[in-house]
Amino acid sequence: MMRFTTLMRNPAEWMANDNEDHSVVLTSRVRLARNLSGEPFPGWAKKGERIEVLEKVRAEIEGLPGMKGAFSHGLEELSSVQKQVLVERHLISREQAARGEGSATIVNRKQTFSLMLNEEDHLRMQCIRAGLNLSKAFSQLSGLEDDLSETVPFAFDSRLGYLTACPTNVGTGMRASAMLHLPGLVLADEVGPTLQGVARLRLAVRGFYGEGTESLSNLFQVSNQSTLGESEDEIISRLERVIRDVEIHELNARQRLMESDSEMILDRVGRAYGVLKYSHVITSKEALNLLSLLRLGAELGFFEKSLRRVCDLLLMDIQPAHLQLHAGSKLDAETRDSIRAEIIRGRLQTLSPPAIDKATLNESGQPDEQEDE
Amino acid sequence: MKCQKCDEKATVHFTQLENGEMTKMSFCEQCATEEGVMELSGFGLADSIMTAGQSGESRSTSGETCPGCGFTRSKFQQTGRLGCSQCYLTFSDDILSRLGPMHRGLHHLGKHPEGFVGDAFSERLLIECEERLQAAIEAENYEEAACIRDEIEQLKKSHGASASSEEVSVEKGGSAP
Ligand SMILES: [Zn+2]
Ligand SMILES: [Zn+2]
Repeated sequence: MMRFTTLMRNPAEWMANDNEDHSVVLTSRVRLARNLSGEPFPGWAKKGERIEVLEKVRAEIEGLPGMKGAFSHGLEELSSVQKQVLVERHLISREQAARGEGSATIVNRKQTFSLMLNEEDHLRMQCIRAGLNLSKAFSQLSGLEDDLSETVPFAFDSRLGYLTACPTNVGTGMRASAMLHLPGLVLADEVGPTLQGVARLRLAVRGFYGEGTESLSNLFQVSNQSTLGESEDEIISRLERVIRDVEIHELNARQRLMESDSEMILDRVGRAYGVLKYSHVITSKEALNLLSLLRLGAELGFFEKSLRRVCDLLLMDIQPAHLQLHAGSKLDAETRDSIRAEIIRGRLQTLSPPAIDKATLNESGQPDEQEDE
Repeated sequence: MKCQKCDEKATVHFTQLENGEMTKMSFCEQCATEEGVMELSGFGLADSIMTAGQSGESRSTSGETCPGCGFTRSKFQQTGRLGCSQCYLTFSDDILSRLGPMHRGLHHLGKHPEGFVGDAFSERLLIECEERLQAAIEAENYEEAACIRDEIEQLKKSHGASASSEEVSVEKGGSAP
């Protein structure tokens, strides 16, 4: 069985990669909620009943071919920092992290599948992939679910579909979501209208943004909200269509900014480089915002392309539980800020200043201007 | 704008657009850090805060319990969660009235478990409705009986939507001028 340290040492391919197609859409996630027929849902079941369900399902999952050598632990076996690290890596939910005996988490070796046992439902299974890959994530997950359903009977009704503890998930039990990096739309002050357009299509949008251009990390999550009355394929193709649109808007916004206000972009990216590379104390908010700008700089060609992967790993590694795990002890806010700065300085040590001469500028302004709206 | 936990100026905003509704959380940087909103896992926090206790308006808070698991109707109304699969049947009226605004339709159109043939819920739901209708008529509670009839009509419609064209044509005939 995989140990926690092994899991930590090997970040999954979806967490950070060099694929240029994944510049706007970082990850795609699909989650299915399932319950065992005839068993009370975990939130209402007695502890003994929960443990019985857990043991049965856990044994079946561990026996599946795709789950050989998986990371499989009861929540009571993990420390609070370990649980929090799994939350920060999107491998378990915050709700699951709050649980103990009677709940478990299973993650396959490649960390593409993560299964939570006795969260709000008996089984919450998730598949994560890099870039915009919702249909692939669903088909893989659905395959795993098919294998499991041969031995585990799921609560299902032909009218209402898969029965879940909360009626908001009934039907497909599916939540599909993608994480988008939209610095161009934020800097151009166009993110509000774009996202409102998405929300009008009955999709949910979430992000750290409020008034005006204030946004944290420029990351946004788009997901379906309805699970009944549409098939999984319909939900996913609608989502993918909308996300592709947002992606095009983002790329157009970046191009327009480089044409009309390149000095502002260069200034932002240059400052981000300076602060990240040389600061000794940095808050989480500042780091997230500047890493987002550095990532944008890498995509606009001011740095070597491999910097994006470095940024994505840093976005994950500077979160509080990751910092604590790194330091091996509980940290107060001030120590966190200085360790965060230290880690960032270390990773960016060999990074050359942004190459912002005229030649680079011409290269980065993409040729096909007709695409601009 | 002020932090929703203390009086400091809010600098960390989290916005969610869902069901055409905008929900916002605003914190000062310190509270955001303490609450764990800040880091990327804040998306997960938003999940728990924003979907917790999405219970609608409380209707008749009867002490009715699910024969399958002992869960009560008022618990469902408080938490928006159910106790077991059978709760869907026990509290069907409450649940069905909530599903409408939540979802795109009231009939599952997605994946089926391989070899699934049964139709337990829908059939039992109909039988149960008919029993309640009978009881209402016997008690001369005609208002309630009318409601249950509407419910049965609804059930048959969505149930037969895929399979039988008979009911549809009957209905058309009935409502034609
Ligand atoms: Zn505050
Ligand atoms: Zn029940």
